[in-house]
Parts: sequence; structure tokens; C-alpha cells
Amino acid sequence: MFETLILILDATMRVSTPLILAALAGLFSERSGIVDIGLEGKILGGAFAAAAAAAVFGSAWIGLIFAMLASIGLALIHGFACITHRGDHIVSGVAINTIVAGLTVTLGLDWFGMGGQTPTLAGDARFLSLTLPFADAVADVPVIGLIYSELLSGHNVLVYLAFACVPLTYWVIYKTRFGLRLRAVGENPHAVDTAGISVAFLRYRAVIICGILCGLAGAYLSTAHNAGFLKDMSAGKGYIALAALIFGKWRPVPVLFACLLFGFLDAVAVRMQGVSLPGIGEIPVQAIEVLPYVLTVLLLAGFIGKAIGPKAVGRPYVKERA
Amino acid sequence: MNDNKTPLAIELRDISKRFGAVQANKDICLQVPTGTIHGIIGENGAGKSTLMSIIYGFYEADTGEIEIGGKKTHIRTSEDAIQAGIGMVHQHFMLVENFTVLENVMLGAEGGALLRQGKDDARLELKRLASEYSLDVDVDAIVEELPVGLQQRVEILKALYRGAKILILDEPTGVLTPQEADHLFVILKSLKEQGVTVLLITHKLREIMASTDNVSVMRQGQMVAHRETKNTDKEELAELMVGKKVRLKVDKDDAKPTGLVLSAKKLSLVDSQGVKRLKDVSFELNAGEIVGIAGVSGNGQSELLNVLSGISSLSSGEIQFAGETITAANPKNASQMRDLKMAHVPEDRHKMGLVTGFEAYEAAILGYHNSSAYNGSILLNRKAMLSECEERMAKWDVRPPNPHLKTANFSGGNQQKIVIAREVEQNPEVLLIGQPTRGVDIGAIENIHEEIVKLRDSGKAILLVSVELDEIMALSDRILVMFDGAVVGELPASDADERTLGLMMANAYNGPLSKTGDKA
Amino acid sequence: MNQAKVPVWVSIALIPFINVMLAFFVSALVILALGEDPIEAAGYLIYGAFGYEEGIGYTLYYATNLIFTGLAVSVAFKAGLFNIGGEGQAYIGGLGVGLVCLWFDSSLPLMVIAPLAIIGGALFGAAWAYIPAYLQARRGSHVVITTIMFNFIASSLMVYLLVNWLKQDGRMSPNSRTFEESAWLPYMHELLAPFGIELSESPLNASFLWALICCVFVWGLIWHTRWGYQLRTLGTNATAAVYAGIDNSKVTIWVMLISGGLAGFVGLNEIMGVNHSLLLNFTAGYGFAGIAVSLMGRNHPVGIIVAAILFGALYQGGSELAFEIPTITPEIVVVIQGLVILFSGALENMLKDRIEGFFIRKSVA
Repeated sequence: MFETLILILDATMRVSTPLILAALAGLFSERSGIVDIGLEGKILGGAFAAAAAAAVFGSAWIGLIFAMLASIGLALIHGFACITHRGDHIVSGVAINTIVAGLTVTLGLDWFGMGGQTPTLAGDARFLSLTLPFADAVADVPVIGLIYSELLSGHNVLVYLAFACVPLTYWVIYKTRFGLRLRAVGENPHAVDTAGISVAFLRYRAVIICGILCGLAGAYLSTAHNAGFLKDMSAGKGYIALAALIFGKWRPVPVLFACLLFGFLDAVAVRMQGVSLPGIGEIPVQAIEVLPYVLTVLLLAGFIGKAIGPKAVGRPYVKERA
Repeated sequence: MNDNKTPLAIELRDISKRFGAVQANKDICLQVPTGTIHGIIGENGAGKSTLMSIIYGFYEADTGEIEIGGKKTHIRTSEDAIQAGIGMVHQHFMLVENFTVLENVMLGAEGGALLRQGKDDARLELKRLASEYSLDVDVDAIVEELPVGLQQRVEILKALYRGAKILILDEPTGVLTPQEADHLFVILKSLKEQGVTVLLITHKLREIMASTDNVSVMRQGQMVAHRETKNTDKEELAELMVGKKVRLKVDKDDAKPTGLVLSAKKLSLVDSQGVKRLKDVSFELNAGEIVGIAGVSGNGQSELLNVLSGISSLSSGEIQFAGETITAANPKNASQMRDLKMAHVPEDRHKMGLVTGFEAYEAAILGYHNSSAYNGSILLNRKAMLSECEERMAKWDVRPPNPHLKTANFSGGNQQKIVIAREVEQNPEVLLIGQPTRGVDIGAIENIHEEIVKLRDSGKAILLVSVELDEIMALSDRILVMFDGAVVGELPASDADERTLGLMMANAYNGPLSKTGDKA
Repeated sequence: MNQAKVPVWVSIALIPFINVMLAFFVSALVILALGEDPIEAAGYLIYGAFGYEEGIGYTLYYATNLIFTGLAVSVAFKAGLFNIGGEGQAYIGGLGVGLVCLWFDSSLPLMVIAPLAIIGGALFGAAWAYIPAYLQARRGSHVVITTIMFNFIASSLMVYLLVNWLKQDGRMSPNSRTFEESAWLPYMHELLAPFGIELSESPLNASFLWALICCVFVWGLIWHTRWGYQLRTLGTNATAAVYAGIDNSKVTIWVMLISGGLAGFVGLNEIMGVNHSLLLNFTAGYGFAGIAVSLMGRNHPVGIIVAAILFGALYQGGSELAFEIPTITPEIVVVIQGLVILFSGALENMLKDRIEGFFIRKSVA
């Protein structure tokens, strides 16, 4: 039983990783006032760029760099539309998701001729699991040994990076000048402007950070969690991350827990397939799958707490005429 | 007015600014000596706010020069202005509401990439400023939880924290209680003693006379006069403000009220934040009279109109009208009130009275879109809508008389005529009319006033809300004065003069005209 | 900016046209980057979509779905609501259509089943839009987010129903049984044959006519009824709507019901017209494509028909193109669709300000 739990939690960490990265990406963007439903597209674009570059250069790290560049590029398109041209944030996000969904397959076919996939990655072209020091040595120690060797050890570097991003984000948002300004611009851009700070530059920096984090999430999917790019491999993770962002009320630590919860549900769903619970019977996998969405809807409806986002989110900043 | 030793704090030369077709500022020249309080006065829309926005770098002037402290300065952004030692307290505060006072003050002047050191420094500096200028405020309080007066203090602190030597205040007392306003002027005096130059934008003569050293008058985008405050008086300034325009005089006979139409008893409204916006407002409205509601804007007039027209529901009290008793338990919405023949010309035609994206003939049925006059069994009767609109445009002299033109493309006066025509032509029993001539050109003003009087003479009851005292005095038969959500005075128009009304509006009148608001 | 000086044709024709052309231009660059000739590609595309009767049939068959979802998005848009849940509403609407067919196909004639299926599709699609609509109207939860969530919930629900309830016994594939022919919408080539009009076989069916009827319905509703008047008032100025005594919550809810119902009609075409059974993923992104269609069609039924046919042509021509030039996938169409959303939607102000500015200056000079 305990072992099963550890295995589920272990799986939770793996499936939560892209959610955490993407949700933090969304946090930077939305805290600055830019709604981002294009997380999905940026993850997918990042995943493709990472796998393609890793396949060509044989290095996962080079793949990672390309993933971030591709995702930043998409983020800048979003910024150009929403910040510079006061476009609708949702429409722009939908555009990016659609373009990426088509473009990854189109380019994949042209470059690799494998029906839109990339070649299977192996060796240095993938991020492989790291074994933490002494993991093997302590494996036999009861409880702690299992937690250390199974749950904490044996993940790839991006998993650890994702978890490290949470305190880092917290620190940036709450303890730095940039964070103060970021929080301010999402609440009241006029206050920021009259304080002599450029609203546009601030928001561009936020969407670039968002791009970097989505690129990491994408690279994780195609070069760490899987061994190559598959069509539509982001499979709604961007939207779940968005749900987690709302569920975590746009704050780094609660967002982490929301991601872990949604990841946990995912891991449980896989385990529950075909399993009959005593007294309840078989729970359909789909019922567990939809829980993140149902929970988010309930939260938005105010049935469990209240989700109040940044006040100026989604609204273009226009200097009003006196 | 300037001695030669200290340079001028601000000198403007030939500043002009145009927004599309509107010349907001034209060839503005201004000299403000260091360490003085300088008033800029003018009516709504005279171009004061635009000018201040130019000095603060929010807009760039099309032409002209700015000198700060004797040095020619290019101010392209707010950052430039802050660098030049200028601070501004905007009419609508530029505060991040869920931040603490400390965070708000620091924003843009954090003193380093990390907050910690800056926070400690800011705390010390704020303590110093607080004691120096009597600007006490709890630095760890969340801004949205502070009363308005304290929020304004945060704005002043923000400017001073950035080392502002010139402080611009745009209509600072519009949102303040009299006590808060008095305290503000104490603060401004002490700022002046410390060598800060204060630029005070207002349209309130009393404030100018009470607190400034010099005053400049703006009218229709131009600077029309500069005076030393001690060498002028309210009458002269008022005249300069309004120009050669003859005092508003409307040709009308005495009212012949013919009986009670509407009675309001102890109306109260509590808004979603729990603030009492209306406090036990009672009055009666008779057929054939115009009752004017005077008051500084934001003292409950808008809420009163909303409650009477059915836009907001009462929290307590009752309205008796057309045989119905409307209470909190028995509310009527806006379209039900219209059915009872209550017409409403809202204060803000862009936000409320019109849908500016609609063509004129569509906007001309707003609120009456369910009426059988405009509807077949399923479809709207466009022919009827168009012909009626054409008819009204001719009658009300709306120009251009094109029912297909987008409402946004009419001038302010013509837009207002479309709204007033829509409401008046429904032949209502009561007309609620807010700011009937705001942003309306002179010719149309006369026209609109005549129509209002005509409606009265045809035996209708009219409730007029206006921030223009002139308009209230010229049109009303009876005047109610509102202050802080309550009716604080009532007097026949024949007894009203600016002084009395002005004092009542500031809730500072102690004369024989007793408070009559709750006599019912 | 004084809009009066901008000629009408500039804002309703020139600017949208240039935006779409920009999207096509960037698409051409993509094809160029693939090492192919965009002009040649466009040739295949146009030939595939319009060059022969069957191709035209396919083009209009795709357009049918896009008209439904395009109308769905624009009705909501007109009221200031962004219904991004067309995909889920179409999916569930299809369920409604399918259930009607499964229940009645052996007992009732087509003339009765067809209207029942229309009602079924509309009801199920509307029901799926109702919850987000209610939550927006009464509890202030943003309809964009909730409808996205409902897309995923719909998708899981359909998998569950098909796998556990509707699947044929003993078969692996999660499809319902095939309907009896009495529940098949007639194909156009069958429908027109008695009139002596000979068409090549294509999936184009009677639901296309229903799509056109829906366009007329939406046009009449929005511009010629008091309900449409209320909807447009709410969409352009919510404060004025309150002033006018319009119940914003009520309007929000029924607008979303209509929007969801329209999206639900996709099932008529896909389930009743072509597949003749309930199956997974028949919506295939038409709900999202509806956003592009409504943006390009400027939220007007006529524009939507034009845009839907254009996108239908891209879908059909895209297959032709992929066949002729194997290095290009049909997914290139998705790229073009995304670019249209980008340029006609998100970047609509980019050129608008400049072009309008040009005409204003011209008229001043």
C-alpha cells in the first residue's frame, strides 16, 4: 500500500512538472495583466523545437535552448498583438494555439518525413534520470529510504528545475523591484505609468519570462518525459495549467499545490484504469480526468472560495484623454 | 510678480495641444514663482487637466516650451517629469489598491533591484515626511481600506518621496469631505513653507480665494488672465471664467404647480461596498414645476437619479409615483419605471444615454425598444423607427438630420438633443434630467433650456440635476441642495443666490433657511 | 479619431480584405520555407476546392460545419461574450442528434426525425452552453474560462458514453451502431436528382440548406428584432443596457443558449448527414475554426458564409494540395486558419489605425 502510494506520488511529480512550469509562466503573464490562453501553443511549440534541435544536434541542452527561443518568439507575437496593438488577449492566444498546432506538424513532416513526428531521441539527446547521492545506499531503510530513493531521486533535471522555480518565482514576485512593478501593472497600469515606468516594457518582459518557462515545459515533454515529438503532444496541459493558475489564485505556492493536485489526479486515473474499488465499483477514468476542470469551474463560480485575478488583466492599456 | 533672484518654478511658453478636431490647449503661457500656491481655474472642459498632463509628461505638447526652475526641459514621459522634480496628485488616484501604503510609495522609486533595503529606507523617509508636513498615515495599511482623504495623502507622499519640488493637484477636493479638504489646505500651506511650489487645479472659487497666492484663469483651451489672489475677488474670477457670456437667463413665467406627482420618503441606498450613498432623502415633486438639485458632484445626485429611474434598487424608504409604492421589497426596474411614464436623461450620455456605435435611429429608441410603436409581432418596425427619427430630428433641429449616421459622429449638443428628444417625446409625467448641457455648445444650451421650460409649462414635473449653479438657478422653481448623500437645504429659486447655495453645498450654511429635507 | 471621415467600404471591406491577404501572404512564406512554390500550391488548392463538382461538394460540406460554429461564435460576440466552447457544444449537440436518430430511426420517417434531430442538437448544444452562461450571468465567472473547461468535460463525457454505453456489443471501436437509412439526411446529389440536376457524389447534404436558414435567422434576430437590439446594446455598452432596463443576466443566458444551439447543429452534418453513427472527435476542431470564421466574416451572416466557404475551400483544397505535393500536410490549413485569427482578430488594430488615419488625413486635406 505504502509502496503504491509512493509510486503514485512519484508519477505525480513527473506529470506535474510541465503543469508547474506552464502555470508559473501564466502567473508571470497574467500578473502583468496579459491573459494567456496560449500556454498550450507555447508548450507545443517548445516541445517541437526541443525535439527537432535535439535530434539534429544530438544534445538535449541545445534542444532546450531552441525550445525557449521558439516559445519566446510565440510569446513576443502575443505581446506584439496585446501590448503594442491593444488586441484581444483571448483571440491572440487562440491564434497562437492554432498556428502552432498546424505548424509543428507541417514542419515536422517537411524536416523529418515521419508523419509529423520527430526521430526517437536517445542518449545525450534526452534528459535522463539523475540518481541522487546515496539513493541506492539508503533504499533499504524503511519509509525514508523509499521516499528518498523512489520519490525524490531518479528524476531528470527539469523536474528538479520546475520545483526550484516555485520559490524562485515567489522571491521574484514578492521580494524584487521587478516583482513589485509586475504586480502593480496587472492591478493598475495607470499607477505604474504615472510613476514613470513603461507599462509596455514591463509587460514585454513578463511575456518573455512566460515564454522561457513554457519552453522549459515543452522541452520536458519531448526530450525528458518522452523521447521525441508527437502531434498534439501537449494534449491540453496548457489549459490545465491555466486552471491550476486560477485554482492557485495567481500565487506561486498555492499554484504549486494546484498543479500537484491535478497531477495527482492524473496519476491516480492511470492507476485506477479497470480497478474495482470495494463498495463503489469501478470509477470511470474519465470522471477523474475531468476533475481539474470541474473543480476550476466550481471555484470560478464561487462555490469553493473565490478566484479574484489581477484587476487589469485582459484589458489593453490606453492612456485616457483628459 | 517675480523677484529676480529665485528663478520661476514653472514657465510655459506657447503650449498647444490638439486631439483630433479638438484644440484642447492653445498658446498657453504661464509663470509660476517658486514657493507659491498657484491656482488654475476654469470651467469643466476648459483644458486645465490637459495642460497639467502635459506638464507631467502624460501627453507631449504639439508646440511650445517648458522651463522648470529656469532651465528648458523636455518632458516626454512621466519619468522626465519626476526627474525634473514634478509630482502630481491625479483626480482619480493612481494607486494600486491592494498594495500597502509603503509599496505604493516605493513603486518606481524602489532604491535597488531588491526590495528589502529600499523598504527600510522608505519607512524612515516616510516617517520624516509625515512629521515634517503633518502627513500621518499607517504605512502598512492596505490602500483600498483607507478613506479617500488618506488615499490622497498617500498620493502626496508618493510625490514628496520622489523629491518633488513642484506638486500639481488636479481637482483635489472633489472627493473629499469638508474636514478632509480643510486638512488638505493645511498640508499645502506647510508644503509651501518648506519651499514646495503647488499648482492647484480647481473650478471652486472658494478654494482659490482661501489658499492661493496667484491665480490663472483658463477658458476654452486658452489662458485668459493672471491675477494675484489678493487683488481679485470671486466675482471677477467668475466673470473671467465664463467669459463675456451673459448670465444665464431663461425666459420663463412663475411655476404654476398643479398637484403632487411624486413623493420620495427617506430614500436610502447602500452600495456594494457597504457605503451609504443616499441618506434619508425626502422630497416632493409637483406637476408643472422644475426642482433643481444642486451639489458638488459625487454627493449622491447620480445615485438619486438611478434610484428614481429604477437603475438601482432602494435599500430603504419609499417612492410614491403613478399609484405605485416602490420600496426595497417592491422594486421596479428601469423599464417598469418607463412604463409608469418616468423619463430619464442620464448625466453621462456616452456611458449611459446612448450606444455610440448605433445609428441615430436605433439610439433613438433605447429603453423604449419594446414599445409597440417600434415593433411588429416579431420584427422591429424599421420604417416607423426611421420616420419618427426623421420627424424628431427636424423638430429638434438635430444636425446633420441623418438617421443613419452613427451616434458617435454627432457633436455633443446634437447627441444630447437625440437623448432629450427621445425622453421628452414619450410625453412623460416626470422627467429626470442630469447635466442637461454638459459638453453642449452655447446655441444648443439655449434650445435645450427652452424645451425643458416648455415641458414644465405643459404640466409635467421635472427633476434637474446639474453641477452648474447657473443652470440650476436659471431653470429651477425650487432648489434642493445635496451634500454627502443627504438633502441639506431647500429653498425657492427666488431666494437663491450663489453665496447661499455655495455655502449649503459645502454644508456650511447656518442661516434661517432650515434643513427641509426630512419634513415630509 | 473622427470615424465619420472614414468611408464605409474602407472599414467593412478594405481593412478585412487586407488583413486576410496578410494572413495568406505569411502562409505563402511558410510554403516557401518548405521549399515549395506558393503559387503552384495555391493553384492546387483552388483546383481542389473549386475545380470540379465533387471538390465543390466537399468545400460546401466543410463550410456547413463552419457556418454553424461561425454563427455560434458571432452571436455571442455581438453580445460581448466570447464563446470559446463551440467545440464542446458541437460535440454534445451531436450527441443530441445521434440519440434522436438511435431512438427513432426504426420507428419514424425522416420527415419527423429531421425536425426532432434539429431540436435535439439545439437542445443539447444549448444545455452545454447553459451552465457557463448561468455562471457568468449570476455568479460572475468568466465565460471564456468556463467554456474552455467545458470543452474538456464534454470530450471526457463523450468518451465515457461511447465506450461504456453506446458502443456496439462485441466491437472494439467506440462507435454507436449505424443508423437506419430513415435517419440519414439526404445528400445533395440525391436531393437534386429528381429535379434533373445531376451532381457528382459528395458528402454535401441537406444540412447545408439548414445552415443557410440559420444565417437568415441570425441576421433577422440580431438586426431586426427587439431581442437582437438588446443583445447589441449589451455587447456595445453594458451600462446603457442597464439604463434601458435590459436584464443583462437574462440576455447573457439566452444569447449563450442560442450560440450553443447553433454549434450543436454541427451534428446534423457530421452525424446525421455523413457518418450515420455516433463516434469520437467528429467535431475535429470546427468549434475553434468558428472563431476564425466569425472574425473574418466580421460577425455578419453574409461575411460568415463567405468566410466559411473560404475555409471550407482550404480544408478541401488542403487535402488536394497534400496529395499533389507530399511534403505539405493538410495541417497547413490549420496554420492558415491560425494566421487569419491572428491578423483579422488579434492584430486588427495594427493596420486599422494607419489606414483610417490615412483616409482621415485625406479628407481633411
